[in-house]
Amino acid sequence: MEPIISFKDFSFQYTAQKQPTLKDISLDIYPGEKILICGASGSGKSTLGNCINGLIPFSLTGKMEGECIVDGISTKDSSIFELSTRVGTVLQDPDGQFVGLTVAEDIAFALENDCVEQEQMKKQILEAAKKVSIEHRMANAPYDLSGGQKQRVSMAGVIVDDVKILLFDEPLANLDPATGKSAIELIDLLKKETDTTVVIIEHRIEDVLWKKVDRMILMDDGRIIADLRPDELLCSDLLKKHGIREPLYLTLLKYAGVDVSKTKGIESINELCLNEDEKKKIVSWYAAQNKENRSNDNEVILKTVDLDFSYETGDQILHGVTFEVKKGEMMAIVGQNGAGKSTLCKVICGFEKASGGNIFFQGKKINDDSIRSRAGKIGYVMQNPNQMISQAMIFDEVAMGIRNTGLSEEEIKEKVYATLKICGLYEFRNWPISALSFGQKKRVTIASILVMGPKVIILDEPTAGQDFAHYTDIMEFLKSLNEQGITIIMITHDMHLMLEYTNRSLVFTDGRIVADDSGSAVLCNEELVNRAALKETSLFNVALSCGIKDPVDFVDCFIDYDRRERAHGE
Amino acid sequence: MASKVLNYIPKKSFIHELSGTTKLIIFLSFSFLCGLSFDTRVLLFLLCMSFLGFALSKIRLSEIRLMSTFLVVFIIMNAILLFLFNPEYGPELYGSRTVLFHVAGKYYMTMEQLFYQFNVSLKYVIGFPIAILFISTTNPSEFASSLSSLGVPYRISYSVSLALRYIPDIQQDYHEIAQSQEARGVALGKDVKFFERIKNSAKILLPLVLNSLNRIDQISNSMQLRSFGKHKKRTWFMKKKMTKADYGVIILCVLIFVVGLIITNQGGNNLYNPFLR
Repeated sequence: MEPIISFKDFSFQYTAQKQPTLKDISLDIYPGEKILICGASGSGKSTLGNCINGLIPFSLTGKMEGECIVDGISTKDSSIFELSTRVGTVLQDPDGQFVGLTVAEDIAFALENDCVEQEQMKKQILEAAKKVSIEHRMANAPYDLSGGQKQRVSMAGVIVDDVKILLFDEPLANLDPATGKSAIELIDLLKKETDTTVVIIEHRIEDVLWKKVDRMILMDDGRIIADLRPDELLCSDLLKKHGIREPLYLTLLKYAGVDVSKTKGIESINELCLNEDEKKKIVSWYAAQNKENRSNDNEVILKTVDLDFSYETGDQILHGVTFEVKKGEMMAIVGQNGAGKSTLCKVICGFEKASGGNIFFQGKKINDDSIRSRAGKIGYVMQNPNQMISQAMIFDEVAMGIRNTGLSEEEIKEKVYATLKICGLYEFRNWPISALSFGQKKRVTIASILVMGPKVIILDEPTAGQDFAHYTDIMEFLKSLNEQGITIIMITHDMHLMLEYTNRSLVFTDGRIVADDSGSAVLCNEELVNRAALKETSLFNVALSCGIKDPVDFVDCFIDYDRRERAHGE
Repeated sequence: MASKVLNYIPKKSFIHELSGTTKLIIFLSFSFLCGLSFDTRVLLFLLCMSFLGFALSKIRLSEIRLMSTFLVVFIIMNAILLFLFNPEYGPELYGSRTVLFHVAGKYYMTMEQLFYQFNVSLKYVIGFPIAILFISTTNPSEFASSLSSLGVPYRISYSVSLALRYIPDIQQDYHEIAQSQEARGVALGKDVKFFERIKNSAKILLPLVLNSLNRIDQISNSMQLRSFGKHKKRTWFMKKKMTKADYGVIILCVLIFVVGLIITNQGGNNLYNPFLR
């Protein structure tokens, strides 16, 4: 069989870069295959995708060597338009690729550009919308849709063109866990229905492997490291070595001393089938564990009582939210997009005004305090650092929050330097911000909040879109802040984060707190997981199949053990 | 959500049913005629037509209260300023001077000035409802297709549509950035001095621009990947087919425009001068 995508000794170097981003790529993908391309940030996986859909070389220019053949045509002799009728690309951010004013218009976009007549267009978009079950929302505007619905619209917008290849660039990055899971299911369904070749670029492999994948391509530093069946790759130690997080159940099996190369169905938690011997190994590993005590008896630092919030239009977002945070806690707020997590934090910080209820900080009511005065107690770090940075230089950015507060320039300098040291940015103090990486910018924004001396900081999605190495980097940094006494609250969709770095999670649905418990307890409660659009951890499935009575304790033990192992490895 | 000052108000009416192209032609021909003409008879006729259009659109005054209030305030302010700056422009224009009463100092109220200012105000009274009418009865999705059908290249007309799509997003961005800056001492509230507020708003600009540039990058990639710019033409999903009513209205518009211009230019200039004896 002829490959549908074929790279031959292919290299690519962006015009603005000194080094090639892709080096000596040789890869064949055959019609009907489902391929997962994984790799850490900067491994070149997205660049590889852009070579397939024609953004390279037609929109992003650079030096290309070797050959890339897509559906029988060499991409360099083709055009982005010719390629776009063969390759349908769903980009990472469902919001950023929504060009139409309504769902119907957005799906029709490719057809409009191809001069299809209106009548024909209507038929085709309805058909495409039905395939992704979005046909009941045709007249909706993008801001009336959830992230998952927007992604469905993007999918409809590319399959409407009868493409042969579907390319997904980090489809899970902006979705809550349950929506991510259904996105993977939908991709699987689409592949079967439309008989296409599917290429998924993603570093969250456990989530993608929820549905069967034919082959995995592992990339690092612009090269293909491995091109193997999922079970073969998972059994090797290549993933870990190249900055990809292994599925948790796999790590567990390895810790328990199971020879994973012999385990049946190792490529997906859906298929996993442990034999008696393997179960025994897990049970005896568990018996040898002892759990660290994580209780916190500190004073209450932040408290809300019956907090309500409604927009002027009358939509009530928060309903009687009551909870306490103790000093020195590191906690997560989880739940669906739109459940009220961000709104709660904005109300606490004073960005929005509560319509009922009270907020207390160290026992004092702060409902009527201004944004500015609350910022000295509770800091808020937005998800996207680019939304916060307004100065060109690092020093000025961090100093901004304490200027005009009566401090002398000398005192300001002292405070800023102290904060930069805590954040590991001291050596960059005279650098322009534009020279920093995304993760460093994130640190700058945290520093710019810390400098005002808050006792609590709230972070919105601190690790969204980060690969394992950056995730670990940011989270270890937050942990070190926490150890220095700062209370940390994180809004997150990342179930790993919740398990590994928090002692408590507030679970939100429809503006109400439905659970307040440890991450492991939340993720081992199936009813809660479904209700709050979370995703159960694969450790829970393993615990069940091994007949372990207390899965919560089992998960906690694993997390403790894993943390020790990882600290050891470094 | 940010309050919408001007927006599409969906309804079932004769005006709503017309295609965007037709409404754009009405809007353009009326605005041009209204701008060119100082002939009171033509202006009064246009006024009747624009009120008729309004009645037909079934849009209630209460739905556009904010804009109408603004219009009234604007006209009054404009009239006062016109008089203050040049109280003798009317007499100069019409070539006669009929004093009604003495106001103060060098300010005399004359018939001619009054008539001149009446005409100016009339222009606004005609122009504004037509603009509001156009915006509130044209589905934004149809906007771009109507521009393109008048010969504007689709790359340009589509950018109108994109702007409409992203305005709410950018407003949201602005709002969020402003809040986070406020937490760090950038004051933007009403109690802050005007000049200070302008200066502080500039601090929001950098993050806003950076974010928007990022957005533009993404959108343009997404558009290219779906063949935007492939052909010289494109079709429009939301374009309304032209009906008999559309052609009728367009012919009427052209007639009014031509006749209006002829009447206006009858006396060798664009004035209707009742003071001429």
